[in-house]
Amino acid sequence: MEKKELFTISALTENKAGLLNAVTIIFTRRKLNIESINVSETEVEGVSRYTIVVYASQHQAELVVKQINRLIEVLAAFLYRNEDIYYQELAMFKLPTEVFLNGNTIEAIVRNNGARILVIEEDHIVIEKTGHRDEIKALHTHLKPFGVLEFVRSGRIAISKSKRKTDSFLRELEAENINNL
Amino acid sequence: METLVKDSNKQPKPSVKGATPVKVTGSEAIILSLLSEGVNEVFGYPGGAIMPLYDELYKYNQQLTHYLMRHEQGAVHAAQGFSRVSGKVGVCIATSGPGATNLITGIADAQVDSTPLVCITGQVPSQLLGTSGFQEIDIIGISMPVVKWNFQVTSAHEIPEALAKAFYIAASGRPGPVLIDITKDAQFGELEFSYQKCEGLRSYKPVPKLDISAVGRAATLINQSQKPMILCGHGVLLSKAGKALKSLAEKADIPVASTLLGLSAFPPTHPLNVGMLGMHGNYGPNIKTNEADLLIAVGMRFDDRVTGKLESYAKQAKVIHIEIDQSELNKNVQADVAVLADAQQALQAITTLVQANKHTSWLAEFEACNAIENQKVNQPELYPTQGAIKMAEVVRMLSEKTKGKAILVTDVGQHQMIANRYYQFNSCNASVTSGGLGTMGFALPAAFGAGVGDVKRQVIAIAGDGGIQMTIQELGAIAQYKVPVKIIVLNNNFLGMVRQWQQLFFDKRYAATELVNPNFVAIAKGYGLQAKGINQRQDLDSALNELLASKASYFLEIKVEREENVFPMVPSGASVSEIRLA
Ligand SMILES: Cc1ncc(C[n+]2csc(CCOP(=O)(O)OP(=O)(O)O)c2C)c(N)n1
Repeated sequence: MEKKELFTISALTENKAGLLNAVTIIFTRRKLNIESINVSETEVEGVSRYTIVVYASQHQAELVVKQINRLIEVLAAFLYRNEDIYYQELAMFKLPTEVFLNGNTIEAIVRNNGARILVIEEDHIVIEKTGHRDEIKALHTHLKPFGVLEFVRSGRIAISKSKRKTDSFLRELEAENINNL
Repeated sequence: METLVKDSNKQPKPSVKGATPVKVTGSEAIILSLLSEGVNEVFGYPGGAIMPLYDELYKYNQQLTHYLMRHEQGAVHAAQGFSRVSGKVGVCIATSGPGATNLITGIADAQVDSTPLVCITGQVPSQLLGTSGFQEIDIIGISMPVVKWNFQVTSAHEIPEALAKAFYIAASGRPGPVLIDITKDAQFGELEFSYQKCEGLRSYKPVPKLDISAVGRAATLINQSQKPMILCGHGVLLSKAGKALKSLAEKADIPVASTLLGLSAFPPTHPLNVGMLGMHGNYGPNIKTNEADLLIAVGMRFDDRVTGKLESYAKQAKVIHIEIDQSELNKNVQADVAVLADAQQALQAITTLVQANKHTSWLAEFEACNAIENQKVNQPELYPTQGAIKMAEVVRMLSEKTKGKAILVTDVGQHQMIANRYYQFNSCNASVTSGGLGTMGFALPAAFGAGVGDVKRQVIAIAGDGGIQMTIQELGAIAQYKVPVKIIVLNNNFLGMVRQWQQLFFDKRYAATELVNPNFVAIAKGYGLQAKGINQRQDLDSALNELLASKASYFLEIKVEREENVFPMVPSGASVSEIRLA
């Protein structure tokens, strides 16, 4: 068996109903589990960005990216290793407000972990943390003794280290693919 | 008997309301869009959700001929057959729900065999979407894995653009099936119609720009090679690259082997033609795959039926892979030079850089293999003197009598392999078969479509007694429209190909492969077709003459040897070098 690694796939697409389904069945068909997926509008209107994290062999990941690229509405799809991108996840931890009764330990934890307190309500507070998976995990470990009521973590979003600019990239595609057959 | 099939080229060009917008209904807009794309024939089956469109088909029956098939699977296979012989986009129409789901097998078949189709399905009114209303099915979701593109139209004004994109996407690049699902209210709705052909989409690059450096590297490999071999795939036919391939092969003196779907791209009698690749291909090209120092694969995708066991496939050879679909490159076989391009463009560019060469002793090795295969397999198959009729002799005689000029539409199984092994295809796009999906039931409706798509060539369907029964109802369409296709059923009273595997790999345990068959001749006659059945060698010649001479459709059942096996054979999972001759 080929060695499996964590890959990030980033795709720019047209905003079309059903495209998410078309993208995910590419993974389903190969029985690949998607670790996380994020879809959102880009700075260009009508263009979405998919960020998909998958645990796969390099060959498998490459084939999947080619299949994604093959979808008509996909403008471009790229395969990245962690070192090729800046990436973050967002986590929120809900704790009982009583945690403040222990002096300022919580505030210290929040500060030392580069997190912030998002809300303070009468019976609960929410701490927000942006970072890599292991950083969020570390914070989680620190907070556990205080009684975490609920925890939620987003999928990864990522941006490549290249200097490509989305709108000029799109203009290039338009010039290449339209009326130029 | 007069034929009702019109030569599509001779039909008057319909006047299409184009430039100045006119107010029409959605369903009329569908028709006008089809006419704008040059469509003159469609295959389909009506039902509730598509009735508005059928009402317009009725009004436009002078410009657009609708062929009523007997099952939606028949309609989609007919559209495939039509496309495969004519090079045009095949169009089929079905209603929502079961009509749409019945198309799926054919759509999947067209996807894997790169056949351009536009499939139009009716859908329940948009307010019923997602309610499990009568005959509502999520055909967009169901078809998603097997289409090149699909789109649901819920408003009349979307129709021209959706269809323009559909035709553009289906036909360009690596062709494939597109499905357009149109709600009933969109068909009834009104729009200002004007049609603009799609001239490109920014997210879709059908024809990649030829990479000159890859061309150069490919030429260098060819110039250095002592034992090169060309693998000619379906892409050669799709990009009309037969001539370009021939130029390259002749200039550098390279043997040419074809995949099943690539057959008929390169003349069978050409001295450089070394036959068919794959599980039931020829001995030489299979054995020599593992001795060649260079494979030049053109418009093919290294399917497992071609490569056998990948771990021992052509490990000694360098590989040039010319392919228009980027997702096929480095998928199964790692290419030393991957040329992402249209086959014709790439071949022409490579040929100019290739030096004239001779590979006399290499070619002689193929000759030697050929002689072995000929003696051990082909001669006894092609010229038996006793026992029951053999499939191969039928095909040989057909090939001789038609001078290889017919279109052969084959079903799936032993007869398919035998027919494609022994018929000497003398014209392009002449072998219509279900390759990648191996869909039994393909032949009869695909032959109908081929007969509509090409009225000049003789169309002969060859099916087994198993496969013919999967779509036998299409005899009804053949009779109704008097499409003069010839039908040969090679009856061995078995699901022959499965029985062969049972014999060879399951100790002859014939589980569920013996067939008790109906009286095929009576069935064909029941449909009003001329029909005959034979089981004696001495009747074969005259029966085939009668079949071929008939102006109308003709059904011939030939009882053949029951337990015949197709050889050579690369057993499933074995290496191409382990090809067996018996
Ligand atoms: C729809 C479908 N079902 C099952 C199969 C599996 N299959 C492949 S060949 C074959 C036997 C075909 O028998 P027949 O049509 O009699 O042709 P023969 O092999 O005898 O020439 C079967 C069942 C298939 N290819 N397609």
